Parts: sequence; C-alpha cells; structure tokens
Amino acid sequence: MYSRAYKAGVTIPPLLWVTVFLLVPYAMLFCYSFWSVSPAQTIVHNWNLQNYLQLARNPIYLQVLFRSMRVAASVTVIALLLGYPLAYYLSFHAAKRKDLLYQLVIIPLWASYLVRGYAWKTILGSDGVLNGFLQYLHITHKPVEFFLYSPFAVIITLTHIYTPFTLLPIYASLEHIPRNLVEASRDLGSSPWSTFRRVILPLSLPGVLAGATFAFVLTLGDFLAPLLVGGPSGIMISNVVVSLFGAAYNWPLGAAISFCMMLLVVTMLFITERLEKRLAIS
Amino acid sequence: MTKTSPDAAAVGTAATPAAAGAPILSIRQAIKRFGRSPVLRGISLDVASGEFLTILGESGSGKTTLLRLIAGFEDLDSGEIWMGAERLDRIPAHRRQVNTVFQSYAIFPHLSVFENVAYGLRAKNTAKPEIPERVTKALAMVKMGDFAQAAPAKLSGGQQQRVALARALVNRPRVLLLDEPLSALDANLRRQMQVELKSLQREVGITFIFVTHDQEEAMALSDRVALLRAGRLEQIAPPREIYGEPATAYAAQFIGQTNLLRAEVCNGIASAGSIVWRTFGASGTATYSLRPECIRLANETGAAAFADADVSIVRFRGRIRNQSFGGAMDLIEIDCGDARVIRARIAKPGVLTGERGFEFVVNDAVRVREEEPD
Amino acid sequence: MKGGFQSGRAPLLRAYAFLVYAFLYFPIIVLVVYSFNGSGVGGFPPANWTFDWYRQLFSDGALWDAVLNSVEVAAVAVAIALGLGVPAALALDRTNFPGKALFRRLVLLPLILPGIITGLSLLMLFVAVGMKLSLVTITLGHGTALISVATTEIFAGLQKLERAQEEASLDLGANHWKTFCRVTLPNLRVSLIAAGLLIFTLSLDEIAVSFFLIGRDNTLPLEIWSRLRRGITPEINAISTLILAFSIGMILLWYRLRTRLQRGDESAAPLVPASIEGETA
Repeated sequence: MYSRAYKAGVTIPPLLWVTVFLLVPYAMLFCYSFWSVSPAQTIVHNWNLQNYLQLARNPIYLQVLFRSMRVAASVTVIALLLGYPLAYYLSFHAAKRKDLLYQLVIIPLWASYLVRGYAWKTILGSDGVLNGFLQYLHITHKPVEFFLYSPFAVIITLTHIYTPFTLLPIYASLEHIPRNLVEASRDLGSSPWSTFRRVILPLSLPGVLAGATFAFVLTLGDFLAPLLVGGPSGIMISNVVVSLFGAAYNWPLGAAISFCMMLLVVTMLFITERLEKRLAIS
Repeated sequence: MTKTSPDAAAVGTAATPAAAGAPILSIRQAIKRFGRSPVLRGISLDVASGEFLTILGESGSGKTTLLRLIAGFEDLDSGEIWMGAERLDRIPAHRRQVNTVFQSYAIFPHLSVFENVAYGLRAKNTAKPEIPERVTKALAMVKMGDFAQAAPAKLSGGQQQRVALARALVNRPRVLLLDEPLSALDANLRRQMQVELKSLQREVGITFIFVTHDQEEAMALSDRVALLRAGRLEQIAPPREIYGEPATAYAAQFIGQTNLLRAEVCNGIASAGSIVWRTFGASGTATYSLRPECIRLANETGAAAFADADVSIVRFRGRIRNQSFGGAMDLIEIDCGDARVIRARIAKPGVLTGERGFEFVVNDAVRVREEEPD
Repeated sequence: MKGGFQSGRAPLLRAYAFLVYAFLYFPIIVLVVYSFNGSGVGGFPPANWTFDWYRQLFSDGALWDAVLNSVEVAAVAVAIALGLGVPAALALDRTNFPGKALFRRLVLLPLILPGIITGLSLLMLFVAVGMKLSLVTITLGHGTALISVATTEIFAGLQKLERAQEEASLDLGANHWKTFCRVTLPNLRVSLIAAGLLIFTLSLDEIAVSFFLIGRDNTLPLEIWSRLRRGITPEINAISTLILAFSIGMILLWYRLRTRLQRGDESAAPLVPASIEGETA
C-alpha cells in the first residue's frame, strides 16, 4: 500500500546523505590507504600496498597494536565482570527500586566522556586525589607514579567509561528471559546457582556478546583516554593514527591503519551477529 | 419498517440502486501471499449493491486480508478487484470510495469526536459550511449527537465504535467495510449493536461488508454469508441456505452443529452403519450432514429399521449414551454401534435410558462434499 | 552468582552491586567535590570550601563563546539527525525493498564504529572538496554520526504507534503526506522530543569526531581539551560539574519521556482485547 513515491520519499534522502557523508568518506579512507607521501609532504596517488606491508613488518606498529588489543581485552573482561553481576542484580533482585537503579546506570553512560576522563586524570596523578588519600592515611610516603600515565590508567579510565555500555545489552537480554523458565528450573530441583549456570547464563549470552563487542571495539578505537591519562607508555593504536594525521603527516599510512581497524570492527560485528542469531531464543 | 429517517437521508444512499445483477464490487481470482505462505488462494466473488455481506471464517482463513485488500492496505499478488467499471486495486487507498470501521476503532486521540468525524470531509476539501451539518447528522444517526466536543479518551468502547461508524459513514462511501467491529464488546452490548447495525444498514442503503469469526453473528445480520476456509471461498449463500444446504462438510460443521454421516451409496440406498435411507445421489462413498434438531423420538411401536411404507421418514435405533439439559432442547448422545455417535437435540424428551428408536425426514440429510484444503 | 531468585536475599550480590555503583560514581563525586576545593585539584582531604572557581568561570569570555558555538552546532545537528532519522525509521518500519538490511546496517554503523574512523573519513571528504574546517564541518559530522541515534529512537516510537490510525486516515481520504502531518507526527511527539533531547546532549559532549573537524572556533569540549593541554585547573572542575549537571538533567528528562512512551499514553488506546493479537488473516 505504500506507493513507489512514498518508498522513494523515505529511503532516498537518508540514503543520499549517508552515501555522501559516510560511504564516500569511507571509500576515500580506503583509497588513501593505497597512496603514499612524497618527501615534499604531498600526497602521491601511486596505488600500492606499501602501507599495509609496512604495518605488517614494522615491529613498532605491531607492538602498539598488540598493546591496544591487550588493553581492549582487559577492559572488556573487567567491564563484563563488573557489568554482568550488576545487570543480574537489577534484573532479578531489584524489584522495587529497579527503575531508579536503572536510571543510575544510564546517567554515567551519557554524561560527558571528557569530563569522566578528566576526573580520572585528577584522581590518579601524583598530586591527585588517590595519592593524597594514600599519603593522608600514611599508607605511602611519596606519590605513586604509575597510577597515571600508564596502561593501567588507560584501562581504569576506559573500564569506567564503557562498563555501562556493556551492562545495558546484558540487562536487556536478562530481562527478556521468561521468568517462568527460571521458575520451572527451580521447580525441577535446580539450585539458584545451578539455575543460573544452566538456564540464565546461556540465555543471556546474546547480550553478553553484544556488550563485549561494544567494549572491545570502542576501546580499540579510543584515542582520547590515552592522550589524557596514558602517557608515552600508554599509547594505543588510535593515537598512532592521530599523530599520522597530525605532526607525523602520513595520511596514507594513517588511513591504512584506520581501514584495518574498520575491517576488524565490521568483521567482529558480522561474527557476533551470526553467533547471536544462533544463540537467541526465537 | 424501513422508514428513512432524515438523518439517513442526509447521509444518503451512496449509489442509485443498480440494475438487478450488477454487482457493486467484483473480486476476481484474488491471490495474496505473505512471504512464502499463501493467504488467499484465488477468491472470486461478487458483492451486490446494497447488500449486507458477511465474510465468515476462522483465524487464518484470509478474511481480514480480503477486507484489507478491498480497503487498499494490502496489494494483490494477482487477480483483480473491480468497483463498477473501474479497477479498484489500481487506485491508492485514500482515493477509493470505500471506508473502513477498524477492529480497534482507530479513533484519533488528539482530535475531538467532531474533528474525528469531520476528518474525511476535510481531507477531501469539502465546503466548510457543509461540514458541521453533515457531521452532526452522522453523529445523530449513531446516537452520539451529544458527544461532539468530547475527547475520545473519555469514551467507552461502545461509544468509540459508534464514532468510528459515523466517521466512516459521513463520507458516503459506496461500500463500508467492518473488520470484526463487535468483537471487543461484551455479549449484551454486542447483541444490541448487531440490531442497530442491521437497521442502520437498511436505512442508509450502503453496501456493508462485515468480517467476523462468529457464525451466529453472521447468520443474524447478513443478506448473504461468504464462508472462507484457508484462503478459499467455501460457500456463499444467504444464511438459511448455507445452514440448511451446506455445500461441504466444513460449512456444515462451522455453521451451527451437525452430524456427519459417512455413508456408502449403492443403487439408490445410502447406508451409514445401521442408518439406511433412500437417496438419488451417485453411488460410492458420500458424506451427509444431519442437523441435531432434525432428529425426533420415534414412536415405540417396535417397528424395524426401514420397513416402512413412508420412505420419507428414516428410522434408526441407538443406545442413549448421554443426555444433558440445554435450555429449550436437551442434547442427546446416541450410540449407534460401530463407534458412531449421533447427537440429537430434542425438546422436552423426558428422561431417556437404554435403547430407543429415533427418526428424521430424509431430506434433512444433506449430501456435502468433504475435501481437505491443500 | 549466589542468591535466590527474587528472594531479596543474596547480600553478597547486593554488596557487589553497590561497589560497582561506587566505582561508577566515585570519579564524578570527586570531580564535583573538588570543584569547590580551595586548595586546588588534587591532594586530600579537600579543604577551603569556595565558589571562586565558579566565579572565574562566569567572567571567562572564551569559554562562553565555546558554549554558544556548541549550542548552535547541537541545535542544527538535532535538525539534521531528526530530519533524516525520521524518514529512515519510516523506511525501516514500514516498507520493504531490496537492500533493506544493508540500508539498516549502514545507517546504524556510526553507533558502534569508533569516532576516530568517522571523524577521519569526513576530514578526507572535506579536504577533497576543498571545504575549510569550521563549525559547519563539525555540525555536518555531528548530524551524520547522530542519525543512527535518531533512527533508533524514532523507530521505537513508530512501533508503539497504532498502525490502524494511519490506515484510518488514508481510508478517510487523506494522502500519505497529510496522514504523516496530521496523524503520525502528533503521535510521535513524545519520541521526537526524547530523541531531540538525547541528540542535543550527545552533540554538546561530542569530542571524538569533532577532534578532526575543528576549524578556528571551538566547541565546549574542544575548548576544555585545549585548556587541559596547558595544565589542569579547578576551573575545569567547575565547568565539568556544570556540564555534568546539565547532561544529567537532560538524560533524566529523556528517560522519563521514553518510559512514558513505553507504558503507553493513557489517553490513547481504545479497548482492544487480547484476542485481536494473532489474527493475521
């Protein structure tokens, strides 16, 4: 009952915009990754695979990449460890205050990234709140250096920022579990822990998968937290890209790294979507 | 009895009475699929001008889909719908001279009752001075005249339904479609609305196409009933005919209650176990529909099965299996051997026990087709 | 996980949950508390309660310029995101066409793709067409990235809409455009406001994409960022607290609207029995 005109009217404007401002730019990113920079600091359109080869061979880039993946993995695991129990508590135990508690999770999620990153910076620094607190209690006598400007700081900050991202899909999938399944399991003699392990956990896996994907992907692509709290030892792959687009001026190489990142993200999304379909209850 | 009230006249008859036989709506081989499942498998029927036609069927029979195709909310996969001399299915929904009363009423909550009813008139740029008059008359016709400025949220289900009706009728459509409009009402309100709908239709003379799954409702309201089964038209006939002469076993069972006697016909004699009667049907296996109320208690004169001069009465014996009170008539279950149980409805039979004789008029056993849908 | 099902016991779980909340809110609380701290940004315990930092803020011209820029950008971004998100949501909810799955994925991609990729790609586009970087480029970036948020919110709102009302409007003779204006939009009011609030707030806080598209004028986050480079001061705590207060207010408002939508507007639905569901033919 929707005429051609209607269908065209609702699909074409967004499609057009997204093509111009998303597809074309991504395509340009792709193209740039095959070009190179001349000594005179201009972009030379000599299609080649040099950038990708450089990435594969140069140990520096690989090192940063692996560090980034370790950080991303750490953040994901901690976020899951923090997020899942809380989501479970909200869904199964919070009856009366569920709404309020849910709002309390939403708030940090959408409240400014920069503000939260900055907050950790002031906490972890050598003049920061944490050091001050430890000295006040005479637990330490000098400022502890490694709190700030280290991968540790990056992990803490990003965990803090992305835990709500992880929690929400888990919460959603827990809410979706029909309560009578849980009741049936208890009725058949299964203990709470066993019910959790055999009924609730498997059914919540789609949400866990989604949450983990969010945390991993967004952490991998994050460049702000390392700049704020990472210091030289906390550099992540996205910071390399930023400097390649800045002082280091090698757009094609930066584009190559970015494109690899994009490929990784899309592939992960694809895989998790497939997995989710298989895991989800219809 | 069919007085034309001034209100009805103002709403008006939609079309000049067509010459007898010219249908107002003609559906030809309508086929509709949702994804891979076929919902309508080739429906053809003609709707006569001014008639109250009910499309009857169970869930999944395709009746609502058929209605939505006529309204224009779905597109045909193949087939045609004609209204008069033009192809209806080529016209977009908002330009068809067809209006719908929705099952959920779909009253606009952000507009007053008056504005709801006026909606269609405004959409078609009806002359401003004309609108209040037509709206008021339409509301009066459904007895909602006092509610013109009310907010729809404050109305009961029955009241909203009347507003939906007025909103549709005020536009003088050639055909009015009603999608199970009474299913949300409680039993008493429902009966009341049935009566009102019927007399309303008589007054305005517009063709009504009414969809329902309730066969009693269909019998009570319609000039003709179109029974749909799994996307096909099973039978279309006036209520008395579809009840008394069902074409198929399905029709016989869906509408009212019946006994299905599977009989062997040989040389003009049909035998279903111990029940035997004369028939003109072709030889072979055949199914007959026998309505419970057609069965009477036979005189206990000890007469044998069909040794009777009057061949129009069929007699059989059976053991009383169960008797339950059913208001005007008792429901008796008769065990005729061979795992055949006949159900009879007999008025005031007294307490029945053991074995008894029963009889029915031979013409009450109607031969029906028995087919499985594919 | 320990704990009986909905038994309210499971004190370990409750304690753990409390700890997680504490972790989530600890930095925020520290930030706010230290914005009133006379002795600066760090150290412990905080002392010298003062409003000085806030007072400094109010006379900070450059900061207010940035705020104004941010508001302008956010307002236009809302317009772009909604203006394109509404048709996209309609397309996804109502119509079927070849490539619909691809369309959906493309529209929703910026939600999960790290901001750096979207930001860099757009930078390349603007450089290629020779467009100078400015608030305009930032606005285009925000609008594009936030279409996905708009689409998701409006789509949810469309699902709650009673489809029969739109069919009734068509049935009564109004064409698709009139139906959209007179029936769909009024019913989408709550969704539109909620989406607008969310997009506005997200745009105000946006930094990842903006980072690459910045020209001469700063948005608020970028202004704060550039000050951070010079060193941290309690003034930044103060402005951060204000930003937080504003964001939290907006988010709570958005959430209230969203839940009101989900519970269904009491004024809307007529009596519809459950037997109607499942009637597909």
